[in-house]
Amino acid sequence: MAEETILLTEIKNGVGIITLNRPDKLNSFTDELTFRLQDALKEMEKSKDVKAIVITGAGRGFCAGQDLQSRSISHEEGVRPSLGDSIRRRYNPIITKIRRMEKPIIAAVNGVAAGAGASLAFACDYRIVAEGVSFIQSFTKVGLVPDSGATFLLPRLIGATRAFDLMLSADKLEAKEALELGAINKIVAADALMKEAIELAEKLAKGPTKAFALTKRAVNRSMFSDLEELLEYEAQLQEIAGRSDDFAEGVKAFVEKRTPAYTGK
Amino acid sequence: MMTLTYKNILTSTEDQIGIVTLNRPTVLNALSHDLMDELVKALEEFDRDDNIRVIILTGSERAFAAGADIKEMSDETTISIMNKDRFATWDRVRCTKKPIIAAVSGFALGGGCELVMTCDMIVASETAQFGQPEINIGVIPGAGGTQRLTRVVGKHKAMEIILTGRSITAHEAHAMGLVNRVVPVELYLDEAKALAKEIAKKSPVAVKLAKEAILKAFDGSLMEGLEFERKNFYMLFSSEDQKEGMRAFLEKRQATFTGR
Repeated sequence: MAEETILLTEIKNGVGIITLNRPDKLNSFTDELTFRLQDALKEMEKSKDVKAIVITGAGRGFCAGQDLQSRSISHEEGVRPSLGDSIRRRYNPIITKIRRMEKPIIAAVNGVAAGAGASLAFACDYRIVAEGVSFIQSFTKVGLVPDSGATFLLPRLIGATRAFDLMLSADKLEAKEALELGAINKIVAADALMKEAIELAEKLAKGPTKAFALTKRAVNRSMFSDLEELLEYEAQLQEIAGRSDDFAEGVKAFVEKRTPAYTGK
Repeated sequence: MMTLTYKNILTSTEDQIGIVTLNRPTVLNALSHDLMDELVKALEEFDRDDNIRVIILTGSERAFAAGADIKEMSDETTISIMNKDRFATWDRVRCTKKPIIAAVSGFALGGGCELVMTCDMIVASETAQFGQPEINIGVIPGAGGTQRLTRVVGKHKAMEIILTGRSITAHEAHAMGLVNRVVPVELYLDEAKALAKEIAKKSPVAVKLAKEAILKAFDGSLMEGLEFERKNFYMLFSSEDQKEGMRAFLEKRQATFTGR
């Protein structure tokens, strides 16, 4: 797929729509896609025509997180990548921008949201979710720790007990349970998802947007004031995990489509 | 009050507060020679004006001042820059007798950060960024940055800020003791004015001598500073404000200070 199209943006009726567009890869993040998303968020923050934002994914998935087959993460010739740096440059600026930007941001979660893709949805102000969709803390499956704010955001959304369980099991958090836990706003039929999300965004765009901005600032102060510190801490821990044998084995097994044999090292 | 017209700054007054606003918006208030000359003139004018008790120095929401005017400096040699003695102007900022509150939003980098630290108190917007990025262009802070920052945040933090050239956020600066208060961007100027008004109610002569003594703490040895403080303390006992202040305290009423 041509690089220009891996991320689509549109501005209409005061609403900015960002669509991750690598449908054949469940919109998983390559280097390029993370930087494109950073740029799109920056532009929409600046644009006076954008008063509310919708983020969604094209095709079956919302976002499957890091593309494990992309160059930035695979182990070419035994060289272990610096995951800490990758997270600092690629993911943390996205999460910080979504939280600090004083415009309401709606995740229209059309399909699976896994790993950093789940963090992306959790960082937004609203989550409107299509029926049957699930969130997966897939990090530990390949021997990594949850990142992109997952360890900060998920415990705050659903409580530490269930969050920790999901992080270690890498089990699906189904939309229904997510709704019961208060982690998402609404479940809608798949074909009504974008209509619902855009209706909400247009309504917000017509509201007292300065008051909305100040409200987001206050909630940020109330709930998210240490976010940047934890994002940096996650990057440090991921740097450690990225050097482990388990991660090398995890990625290898994933690519070879077999069960990994972990050693705890 | 004599009013001068300035090209690079704006001045105004509000009650007993003199406000100087750096105003070179197209270059993020880069501190040119001309701007610094005008700034010093404005500060000296406020210093002489008996109606003014506290001065606020501010920039725009986007930038307090993003640094020195690099364009003016890039072709200087050691001899030429020494002969121009541009920092002599900066010393005159420090000689202002009335307290100066820096109201900072956006960038306060390089010379901008040094100018902020030359002020006596700092009120910052949440969006303020402080830093000494000189190292990135192959020089070092030249207007007091290595001295003032070190005295405020300590050797280790100062080393990191100056040797990496990386900037710090308003909240980080607050945690380090570099700024007095951090408030939302919409309020930083109001907050600075509120602080200024609180100080404007005090005896101006006591405020001046207190400022002078506090600055002395930075200048020499502790012993010299203590002696200087004591001298200023004794000197206040020849003022009417001291008599009035102490009498009012004993009579349980508000003091009225005249500055005499």
